[in-house]
Amino acid sequence: MSDEGELDLRSLNDEELTQQIHDDLYDGLKEEVEEGVNILLERGWTPYRTLTEGLVEGMRIVGIDFRDGILFVPEVLLAANAMKAGMFILRPLLAETGAPRLGKMVIGTVKGDIHDIGKNLVAMMMEGAGFEVINIGINNPVEKYLDAIAEHQPDILGMSALLTTTMPYMKVVIDTLKEKGMRDDYIVLVGGAPLNEEFAKAVGADAYCRDAAVAVETAKDFMKRKHNQMAASA
Amino acid sequence: MTFVNVKPSEEFEFLNGQGHVLLIACGALAREIVDLIESNRWKAFDVACLPAKWHNTPQFIVPAIRDKIREAKGKYKSIFVLYGDCGTGGQLDKLLEEEGVERIPGPHCYAFFSGNDAFMAKQDEDFTSFFLTDYLARHFDKLIWAGMGLDKHPELLPMYFGNYKKIVYIAQTRDEELARRAMAAAKRLGLDYEYRFVGYGELASEMKDRA
Repeated sequence: MSDEGELDLRSLNDEELTQQIHDDLYDGLKEEVEEGVNILLERGWTPYRTLTEGLVEGMRIVGIDFRDGILFVPEVLLAANAMKAGMFILRPLLAETGAPRLGKMVIGTVKGDIHDIGKNLVAMMMEGAGFEVINIGINNPVEKYLDAIAEHQPDILGMSALLTTTMPYMKVVIDTLKEKGMRDDYIVLVGGAPLNEEFAKAVGADAYCRDAAVAVETAKDFMKRKHNQMAASA
Repeated sequence: MTFVNVKPSEEFEFLNGQGHVLLIACGALAREIVDLIESNRWKAFDVACLPAKWHNTPQFIVPAIRDKIREAKGKYKSIFVLYGDCGTGGQLDKLLEEEGVERIPGPHCYAFFSGNDAFMAKQDEDFTSFFLTDYLARHFDKLIWAGMGLDKHPELLPMYFGNYKKIVYIAQTRDEELARRAMAAAKRLGLDYEYRFVGYGELASEMKDRA
């Protein structure tokens, strides 16, 4: 999707530059995305606007084409790398400028499972959407989830598994939350290739998210419901 | 002690279309299935393979197996599926229960080649291992190195393999060239290497029970 040959990004107006950032992100062109982000910031764009209209929108297009089988995992990872590079520039500025926060999520892959590509994509897209994300990595026994919950007091607990043999562990975590009377304090979202809605329901999760885009929308819906409930009971 | 004559017979050639038991299998098992049939002169089987590449897109596996089963019913005395759960998250088992068809036990081929109990017993040790079978060792360059984009973008290596510690080559045959390739794959991925000869494991015993 990018133009061939050298392109002077500074010669593009805002709309063209935003489109070029989408194209460069789609093509996994990290340096070009960084340059585009910096130019928008120089032009007075807020970090939040640069994030949402530049990077998040660009990844949304990547997500659609991945879902439709046009892009495959390597291309998505390259695009994610480019987005990460852009977010690295924006992250400290977002905090400084008081960008809106939609909620907080703890996310990790379950015990015995070291797969994290999808989980890391979800974490990145959730951060891009305005969530604070605490990524506790891989191979998490229930104790690590509990420690993270105690320390960070998230709104959402996200669990990922890529193996049929490890996904049942999600029930262990959820049952532990229930035993401790904590289950209703958190929105529990689960994901991973072998999972489905039936499984999520069976283990007591709030929702199954089939990809990062769905995770973001699902998280936003649940947060809206949570705020409505809180407002109603106030 | 193995009951299988590992030297393929030159006199018995497997030909599809003559069996009364249909094996619906992952394409990655084709060579081993045919070798077992020919070595043991099993005449009972026909074989229908589905694309091995669906390992990475397991959502295609269940609908295709359903179609194969329905196509085959009435034409065969029985149908047996040579797939593990293979990332279908229990959906394959749900389908097979609905259709009244059995499959080889185990979550995936690494487990049934190794012996399911033996594989599960090593789970705590092996969960940071990436497994290669004969098929994956043979096709490593195409399926993994190029297939994952590592040929053009080696910077993706940590994202794919950063959490793994070891390649374990679970060998179906004693093939020095495949072992060499598996070791080379481990080196390319920056991982330790372990060779485990397992033979055909439960693939052989399950097929024998239905031959």
